[in-house]
Amino acid sequence: MKILAVCGVGQGSSLILKMNVQQAVDEMGLDAEVENTDVSSAKMEEVDLIVASGFHEGTLKEALSPVVIVKDFMNVEEIKKQIQEFLDQKGG
Amino acid sequence: MDERYLQEKNIRIKQEANDWEDAVRKSGQLLVDSGCAGEEYIEAIIEMVKRDGPYIVISPGLALPHARPEEGARREGISIVTLQEPVEFGHPENDPVDILVAFTGSDGDSHLEMLQALAGFLNQKENLEFLRQANSPREVIDYIKNREKGG
Repeated sequence: MKILAVCGVGQGSSLILKMNVQQAVDEMGLDAEVENTDVSSAKMEEVDLIVASGFHEGTLKEALSPVVIVKDFMNVEEIKKQIQEFLDQKGG
Repeated sequence: MDERYLQEKNIRIKQEANDWEDAVRKSGQLLVDSGCAGEEYIEAIIEMVKRDGPYIVISPGLALPHARPEEGARREGISIVTLQEPVEFGHPENDPVDILVAFTGSDGDSHLEMLQALAGFLNQKENLEFLRQANSPREVIDYIKNREKGG
């Protein structure tokens, strides 16, 4: 699957998020490619999942891809939990 | 983290700040004083937080003040400010903040390299705990150097 890690600028916070999303999916044994970008570009991208901060939830309402919100960009456990919930919902 | 990006003079320990804006200005000013950014870069960060919310507070207690490279960045650099008393950014989960790591980027690959090193450093909770109790900029520089040597 393809995942986008998103922040306002697309280079700072989102890069940190990307590293931790990558770690999360690796630990979950998912075959996923993670990239980082800014919130405006992410809105227009068709990917399997967007991971973002709650502050961008509003902007991402019109996103073409599903979105999960992460509060602590450095908490791999939280990221894993959010991705798992998304996968469970999608499956069920 | 390379000393090309983080110099001792860009670190301030146990500073006082009146509020989040003051704290962001202090961390941004270090980048301005070291020639990494123009004053407008600080304003861009503050405007962005006012407009989009304090999403730069990416983890409990930790803010990463930064704006787009084209908003006044001159060359790549990092500054670290720790606060005596934490400040509120208005983040629902990650307040209050006592560590600010500001940075400037460019579009080049060296920027990516710097951010990856920075992310790798901030990702480890013990490094944040170290910053919180550090008493001098020299101590921080030595810690980072030793850490890189040790692998």
